[in-house]
Amino acid sequence: MSEAQEIETTETNKRIPFVDYLILDNTPYLQAQECTSCGARYFDRRNACASCFEDHFRLVAIEQEGTVTSFSIVQMGPVPYVSAVVDCGGTSVKCTIMNVEPSPEDVTLGMRVKLMTYSMGQDSEGTEAIAFGFEPI
Amino acid sequence: MGSDTIWIIGSNMTRFGKHPDKDVVDLAAEASREALKDAGISLSEVGVLGVGNLMNAGAGIGQQLQKQIGQTGIPVFNVSNACATGATALRVAIMAVKAGETDVGMAVGVEKLAGAGLLGQRGPKAESETWEPSGRFGALSSTEGRIGTSIMPGVFAQVGMEYGHKYGGASFELFAKISEKNHSHSTLNPLAAYQKRFTLEEIMNDVMIAYPNTRPMCSGNCDGAAAMIVVSDEKMKSMPSGVQKRAVKISASVLTSDPYVDGCQILPDVNTLTRNAASQAYEQAGIGPEDLDLVELHDCFATAELVHYDNLMLCEEGGAVDFFESGAPWRDGAKPVNVSGGLQSKGHPIAATGIANIHEIVMHLRGEAGDRQIEGARVGLAHVIGLGSACGVHILEKVA
Repeated sequence: MSEAQEIETTETNKRIPFVDYLILDNTPYLQAQECTSCGARYFDRRNACASCFEDHFRLVAIEQEGTVTSFSIVQMGPVPYVSAVVDCGGTSVKCTIMNVEPSPEDVTLGMRVKLMTYSMGQDSEGTEAIAFGFEPI
Repeated sequence: MGSDTIWIIGSNMTRFGKHPDKDVVDLAAEASREALKDAGISLSEVGVLGVGNLMNAGAGIGQQLQKQIGQTGIPVFNVSNACATGATALRVAIMAVKAGETDVGMAVGVEKLAGAGLLGQRGPKAESETWEPSGRFGALSSTEGRIGTSIMPGVFAQVGMEYGHKYGGASFELFAKISEKNHSHSTLNPLAAYQKRFTLEEIMNDVMIAYPNTRPMCSGNCDGAAAMIVVSDEKMKSMPSGVQKRAVKISASVLTSDPYVDGCQILPDVNTLTRNAASQAYEQAGIGPEDLDLVELHDCFATAELVHYDNLMLCEEGGAVDFFESGAPWRDGAKPVNVSGGLQSKGHPIAATGIANIHEIVMHLRGEAGDRQIEGARVGLAHVIGLGSACGVHILEKVA
């Protein structure tokens, strides 16, 4: 599946997403697998639906803007970061909030955020990895 | 011939904390032998053994324990079920007695965790020369930090914050006050790993682990074991009157896993399975939350305690903040919660926790809880939850 999502920007320089469900179109977006039977949405490789046990899914694009419904400022590593759950039009997304001070004064429940992408650097073959986060609107 | 009513006739927990001179089997042996002594029975009478240990799940700790305290050839069930491991071991013993396979079961939970560091953190994949997608998300490296967090303090912080988003009122200070309560309670528990009172300011100004959980608001990794002897109704009636008088009835014993709800694979849903377990337990016991004299619930983090007031229906739906602010869960309040000091101060040797919280209830119902005794306690509930998820709820009653 990840192969299908690899997007060649030039003949020699490839860009690949950090995870399969990040789609690197001109406007990047997150993509879920939606159960055709019950509508449950998932981001991982599936065997069947955890809600209704059926095994047919369709690919759906997730809204790029959303609302922070929960967060924590994780301060155990060298660099504090904001872990959050964002409600994107009814679909919950797990993410790191980027471009914000990791402090309770700057991150709030209910704040509006939008999808963003950034480079993780290139590997030895020149392939660039692109990760996603959400940032305040 | 099965038994509808199951009794606890022996119970013990070791001191929780650091036991550098004891290994896992030593701790399990100590709790087991003391529980047998407490019940006044011999190991030869035990017909089934449930043993919980998470960190050495493949090591057959049950049989290793038998090698040290007695090899009687009985069936051993080594279980591993996250933080609900101890409750699961007890469920095994209860189910075997209930099914009539034996009259006497023993359950043991044991863990050595002192100095284990943060749990739930998977090490980063070895950096390779080229990006290689792997796992169910096809991730190019560890998702930790890149896509939020999976480390326990952060996950449970979000569990509490989610409750705040839904119902309001869940501030950093409120969560810190919950921790203040449990640390205050712990000063009366000689078996707690930490028996130190903290002021609210001390808690809020301590090292931030994962906002809003500071260090004292997180359960402590430590060593410890707990063990319990359960018997059938028939067996209980054959015991000396001294044992019968101290016997505690298991009015409900429930284990659940997390059913599917929207978003549960994004942020673990620790609520629905707890609510389900509580509902089933109240129904089994034929009592309601209003009848409880004390509750031991799984406060692995201060943020978790808040949501479980609601999940265990100690308050109206959405009313956990008001419930706490009313003073109810303090030991002199209307509904004492975690008078043992809870996981935040008693400590959290994972597989021992699910039996230790039941042990706490047993001590109060017997009137043997010493300085922290809740006077006249007749009904108590013990709750434990392991992320993944598994939830155990037991309701105990004093009958004699």
